[in-house]
Formats: sequence, structure tokens, C-alpha cells
Amino acid sequence: MKEIVVISGKGGTGKTSITAALASLAQQSYIVVDCDVDAADMHLLLQPDFAHKEDFYSGQVAKIDEMLCRNCGRCADVCRFDAIDFKEGHYVIDELSCEGCGYCARVCRPSAIEMRERLVGAWYTSKTKYGSDMVHAKLSIGAENSGKLVAKVKKEGKAIALAQHKSLMIVDGSPGIGCPVVSSLSGANFVLLVTEPTLSGLHDLKRVYEVVKRFRIKAGCIINKSDLNATVCAQIEEFLEEEAILHVKNIPYTKAFSHAMIQGQTVSEYTDPELKRLLEESFVTIKQTLGV
Amino acid sequence: MKIAIASGKGGTGKTTLSTNLAMFLGESESVVLVDLDVEEPNSHLFLKSELLRKEDKMKMIPRWESASCTLCNECVELCNFHALICLGNEILIFPNLCHSCYACSELCPTYSLPMEAQKMGELSHFLAHPIEFVEGRLNIGEEQAVSLIAQTKKYVEKHFYDETITLYDSPPGTSCPVIESIKDADFVILVTEPTPFGLHDLTLAVETTRALGKKFGVVINRYGMGDDAVEAYCQNEDIAILAKIPHLLEIAQCYSVGKLIYPEVDSFKQALEEIATFIKTLSQKEVMQ
Repeated sequence: MKEIVVISGKGGTGKTSITAALASLAQQSYIVVDCDVDAADMHLLLQPDFAHKEDFYSGQVAKIDEMLCRNCGRCADVCRFDAIDFKEGHYVIDELSCEGCGYCARVCRPSAIEMRERLVGAWYTSKTKYGSDMVHAKLSIGAENSGKLVAKVKKEGKAIALAQHKSLMIVDGSPGIGCPVVSSLSGANFVLLVTEPTLSGLHDLKRVYEVVKRFRIKAGCIINKSDLNATVCAQIEEFLEEEAILHVKNIPYTKAFSHAMIQGQTVSEYTDPELKRLLEESFVTIKQTLGV
Repeated sequence: MKIAIASGKGGTGKTTLSTNLAMFLGESESVVLVDLDVEEPNSHLFLKSELLRKEDKMKMIPRWESASCTLCNECVELCNFHALICLGNEILIFPNLCHSCYACSELCPTYSLPMEAQKMGELSHFLAHPIEFVEGRLNIGEEQAVSLIAQTKKYVEKHFYDETITLYDSPPGTSCPVIESIKDADFVILVTEPTPFGLHDLTLAVETTRALGKKFGVVINRYGMGDDAVEAYCQNEDIAILAKIPHLLEIAQCYSVGKLIYPEVDSFKQALEEIATFIKTLSQKEVMQ
């Protein structure tokens, strides 16, 4: 089983639309995993049935028992995250600021502080509208996106893929360069970078590729909206050559991305034969590189 | 007055709005733009700026002193982040897992884990006439953005007057980095686009902003590219739409080369004027209070 992870560094380059398009070309023979758990959108295109849900707990959060608390304030003194406020005669935990280190609970003499498991989100296993398997998740508002939910979703996806002898797992990766993207990349066989020919697109591509390099994973790149700016597009192509990144395809700007999205379709389902051809060719290139 | 410019979805135009609005407001007001998207800071690409000051930003990590350590294992047991392990007769520390809570250091019976500063990123302060511009930039390989965001905000609070209009270019999403960058804002501008992804992520951003008890309004970018579901949602939820920025190729082209947009595109400038008027009434209200 091989694993393709699609990432972009910068948002809005078409990462999720392209991942969903690859998934729809692959149909039942592959499994799709959405690791963009903070703002997961792929379900809007693949319309999974949310068949099975499990809550996900990670880390802890402090809770003060007012009955036991003697208002000594030691907890607030030791907290480095300003997560303990004194309000209306009581010390209270600001759950959004609490990092769950447990220092306060350790120094509380009357043991008035309990560390509880923190509910950070939920993950789902579903069948998409094509009948293929999909694993996805939703992070709770303001939860720490530590990469643990991402790792969980990937692990579940992998288990299903192996059990059903699927040859490929397609992962919609997380944005940025922090923990979630590091978790998305771990164990990948191929990274597909989706970028756009803008200065921001190039800047973010370079930063995220620094992260990819540390994993020594084979990488390829799709330049989306490639006709937006010929100069920047050439700069990106130059960067790909310098870094020996496979240049998979240029996809010119097309309204099909937003139109397909509005109809709840993937771009490869949407009736644009030229776009469909570009995506099919991209997929073939990627599969050849992976030897699938 | 602090205004955070945020969005659930990435790529909706936060940076475009932040940089243009800052420069536009800067023509008549005192403005500082702060790039808090420390994982992928992009505002600098759109500003001609001159560096005034650069500081290394540190995080505090314990250092193990073998001489005094009795290997009691207290630190390993109390670290909720598993950032320390005991291997043979050595304590190993994993800086990327450490949240700098100081518990191991301050609770060590033999004071064998003093905290030490380690570089996590950089803060740069620029003059981008007529505004000032501050950027936080996380080192590649660092995983915790929140502390750098907090330090960047602290720098701005220390160096600028309260009356200065402070614009935060926030990171995308709804998790802790976003919370950190909007939690002390007086007003939040949520930038979205009229597509199903835009709407879905806007609803998450609205939930987050409401959970924090913040006043907010919406700017619809690339107006005309999709459908009217975002407008309908705002109407149903009684959310103010501050401006609609049309979906124009000219705008995308200016953006692609890092050019400011309002000097070139009139309809974009009109949208900025609407937002600026709104911000000025906000600050007047603040003075009255």
C-alpha cells in the first residue's frame, strides 16, 4: 500500500479540490483520508455518510472544585499560560488558554484541581458517494491541533486500507508548517505539492518544502491557476528543477473549480473535458512514479 | 484599537485585505500591521519596507544537569507532554514536545532542570511608509506557533500607543493559533469567499469568534465567483457584511506579483473605503465609552 499526501503550505491553491478529483478518478480501489482536520472541507465534495463516529480525547484540562478551593492563588502563580483568572471571588480556569500541563493541580494544597481528559474532536469512517472508504475528522473549536488527531485519522485509514488490500491511500494534508503538517507527512510515500503562481504561493511552497525535505519523501508539484502569472510560474518551475521535484502538471485557471464545488461535485466529475484530461494525466504520472 | 483579520479557510484573502487596508488607513491614521500568521507569514511580500529592528524570539526549555540529578524520575512522571524520558542513567529532553510550563524545572527536588532560552523564531519591525509593520516568523521545524504569536502581540503592545489602529493578519483555521491572535482584539473581520468551502469554514470561524465573545463582521472576497449562500447565511445569522470585493482577474494579477491593489483597481478601493468608514465609527464609539 502506498500513501500520497497532498499539501500546499498556502491556503486556497486548490489542494482539496485536486485531492477530491484524484479520489474520484480512483473510485473504489483506494481510500481517502482528510487530515485537514481544522477546516475539513473534502466531505462537501465526496459526500461521505458519516456512518461511524468516535469522540477523540487528547491532553487534559484543569478544573477547580470551588468547594475545596481555599483561594490561595498558588495555581494562578505557577500557570505560565494566564489560564487561571480570579473572578467574583473564585479562581476559575480559562479552558481555551489552559494547555493541560497539570502544574496547578500538583501545587494545589487542598487538591482542589482535577485534570480531566479533553475532548478535542471526533473522527469518522464513512462511505463516499462512490462507495469508497473515507476517514475524516472534525476538530473542536479552539482545540489544540497538536497533530494527534491527524495521526489518529491516518492510522485508521491505513488499517482499513491494509485490511481491504487497497493499493493507494490519498491524504488531504494540513496547511502550514507546524505539528499537523508534520503528522500528515509521516509515513508518506509521495508528497503532492499544490501551488499557484503568486509570490505568496512560491514563498509558502519553499517553506513547506523545507519540512518535506526532512522526511526525504519523493515530491511532485501541480501548479494550479498556472496562467495567472507567467513570470512567477517560471520561477516556480525553476525552483522545482533546482530541488529535483517532479513537475506533474500545470493547470490553467478555470471557473470549473468553484462551479463544481457549488454543485457538490469534484472537478473531474464536472463537465470540462480539458480539465479532466489534465487531472487524469497527473494521476497517471503520480501512479507511475509510485509504481502502482 | 485592535482589529484581527481572520478566516476559517486559507486563501480567502486575509493578507490581501490586511496589507491593503493597512496602507489605505495609514494615509490618514496611525497604523501598525502585525503578521501573526507565523507559520506562513506573507504580508511582507506586499510592502516596501525598511527594517528597523530584528529580535530573536525564544522559548524556554529545561536543560538537564547530570551532576546534581538523583534520577528520582519526578520530572518524567509529571510532564504531561512526555517531553522528558529517563534512559539508563540519563534524562533526555525533547524540545519540540515541551510547552514551557516550567513544572519539571520548578518541582525538581534537586534543581537539576534549569530553564534555558532556545530560539524558536524571529520578530522583525519595519517601517513601510506611512505605516509600521511587525512580523513574527516561526523557524522551520518548530511546531508551536502560539508562544511566538503571544510574544509578537506583546511587542506591539509595548511599542505602540493604544490609539494606534493595530491590524492583526491572523493564521487560518479555528484552532489555538487563531484563538491566540483574536482573543484580545476589539473587533474581528472574517474574510470569506462565496463558495461552499468558504461558507463551511466561515460558519466555523463565526462559532469560534462567538465563543470568544467578540464583535465581528464579514467581508466577502471574490464576490461573484460562486453562489449567494454566504450572503443568505449572514442575513439569517444577523451578521454585518462590511464589504464585498468583486472577483476580478486584475486583482488576482496584482496579488500574484505582490502589488498593492487599491491604487490600481477602483472597485477594490471602494470596498476599502466602506471598511475604513466602519472602523472609524468603531474607534469613535470606543472614545465615547
